[in-house]
Amino acid sequence: MKKLLNTLFVTTPDTYLSLDGENIVIRQEENILGRYPLHNLEAVCTFGYAGVSPALMGSCAERSIGLTFMTRTGRFLARVTGESRGNVVLRKEQYRISDDERRSALVARNFILGKIYNAKWILERATRDYALRLDIPRIKKVSAALSESMNLVHSVEDLDILRGVEGSAAVQYNSVFDELILQQKDDFFFRGRNKRPPLDNVNALLSFAYTLLSNDVRSALESVGLDAYVGFLHRDRPGRASLALDMMEELRGVYADRFVLSLINKKLINPKGFYRKENGAVLMDDDTRKQVIKGWQERKQEKIIHPYLNEKISWGLVPYSQALLLARYIRGDLDEYPPFLWK
Amino acid sequence: MPDYNEDDYLLLSGIQHFNFCRRQWALIHVEQQWEENVRTLEGTYVHRIADQPHLREKRGNKLIVRALPVHSGTLGITGICDVVEFVRDPAGIPLSGEEGLYLPYPVEYKRGKPKKNDSDRSQLIAQLMCLEEMLACDLSLGYLYYNETKHRVEVPVTLSDREQVKAVLQEMHHYFAKKHTPKAKAGPHCQSCSLHNVCLPEMLKKRSVASYIESRLSE
Ligand code: SF4
Repeated sequence: MKKLLNTLFVTTPDTYLSLDGENIVIRQEENILGRYPLHNLEAVCTFGYAGVSPALMGSCAERSIGLTFMTRTGRFLARVTGESRGNVVLRKEQYRISDDERRSALVARNFILGKIYNAKWILERATRDYALRLDIPRIKKVSAALSESMNLVHSVEDLDILRGVEGSAAVQYNSVFDELILQQKDDFFFRGRNKRPPLDNVNALLSFAYTLLSNDVRSALESVGLDAYVGFLHRDRPGRASLALDMMEELRGVYADRFVLSLINKKLINPKGFYRKENGAVLMDDDTRKQVIKGWQERKQEKIIHPYLNEKISWGLVPYSQALLLARYIRGDLDEYPPFLWK
Repeated sequence: MPDYNEDDYLLLSGIQHFNFCRRQWALIHVEQQWEENVRTLEGTYVHRIADQPHLREKRGNKLIVRALPVHSGTLGITGICDVVEFVRDPAGIPLSGEEGLYLPYPVEYKRGKPKKNDSDRSQLIAQLMCLEEMLACDLSLGYLYYNETKHRVEVPVTLSDREQVKAVLQEMHHYFAKKHTPKAKAGPHCQSCSLHNVCLPEMLKKRSVASYIESRLSE
């Protein structure tokens, strides 16, 4: 499997990144804050309008180092990409599938299957690990409902029906998500998902984790030569990375939700790091965001066994391995797209 | 045989990939699944060389030329010869800007040492055939230079060698026209394959995805 290189996150606002030989240099006014060799990097992700020199942009593009600009709160702004490389044949087949509703549904249903399967096993694991703390019957009921949804999804060949099943499974899962928060319950609770803007601490964390994940997924899709903007479940909309959103379905819960839960339950995150704006939006302060990113980087180094490849890889390579498997399916090497079924 | 359209020329260097593994060749040359696109690599290489003043070197009755771009319309290939030695020879051809007659001999540099199979030869033979076509002459030998042994091996080129190279190139053009990537035939050579991560040959031997999903769902 590919080597997992590092992502450099620049969270200090008002910094300037430039190229010095083979290194990135981070400057704030006259001070040099850091210097990192390019050859260790897979991606650079900046939050808060960090300026980047054209020479550095060029170097990143040449070496396929993803360079992404985000706002301070983690909203995607722009990305620098080099000359489009790779497999035209692959992408054309991707477009053909995307244009065909039934073929799209056959791929999309495995994304959804993965999503529901992983949601179910997040709950099942919790009932096992925290048998004394949780309302077991309630969670078991949801788990059973998720199993039913899976059986339905398995034979669906229609995108609208698929969206319907997916929607009701999400409602089920969300209805017990709050149970999984075991610490700091006064400050961290989940009453439902809101994102524009996030209205409580948990939603703020989830939104940020989804941003980090979507960036990883998008890079993974592009690195195997797929077009992240042409999806199967999510239809084309200008500026929307639909395929990245598709692939996130199966990874959201198992990758991002569990990550957020562990930050809270292990008390790696402090409620004091959140503040509320006049309009009710909840934001994280810079230190908290740094803490989240640090945790994210550490999570990426942890090892797991990939359920289909049966190979030991790090969490950080999961988006890449799924992207690779999707490309393999589209090229006709595999009979179906194998979703990441975590347990 | 009609000449190939210039747009359909294949990279000469692909012959060694193709001999090593057809799938590897297709992944690189048809799908361009390379960490760094081969064409770009060759491009920068030529560029670097072209910036150097000592591309030509005269030694006695020899004129040594480095990084010489070559092609053949009948074979439909294009590439670069590491070194071509032009040797003064009454049976040779005139070269522009030079006095006398010369015959070219391609020299292909290899990093390692001589291999048991003749995978290195095909590329050299293809280069030789390009030179024959471009310079309208008949050649019968080239050289392989092995860096590890610092040794130069003379490679005589027979008619049947040429036929073999032609056949390989025809097969490559056939795959290329169909944009077809052959399925993996995994073997010991996969261990040293630079595209192992992209190819995942083991994966193709795995059980079907349908049964993977079935077995997970029934847990
Ligand atoms: S991994 Fe094996 S089958 Fe795949 S391209 Fe390389 S040599 Fe060929």
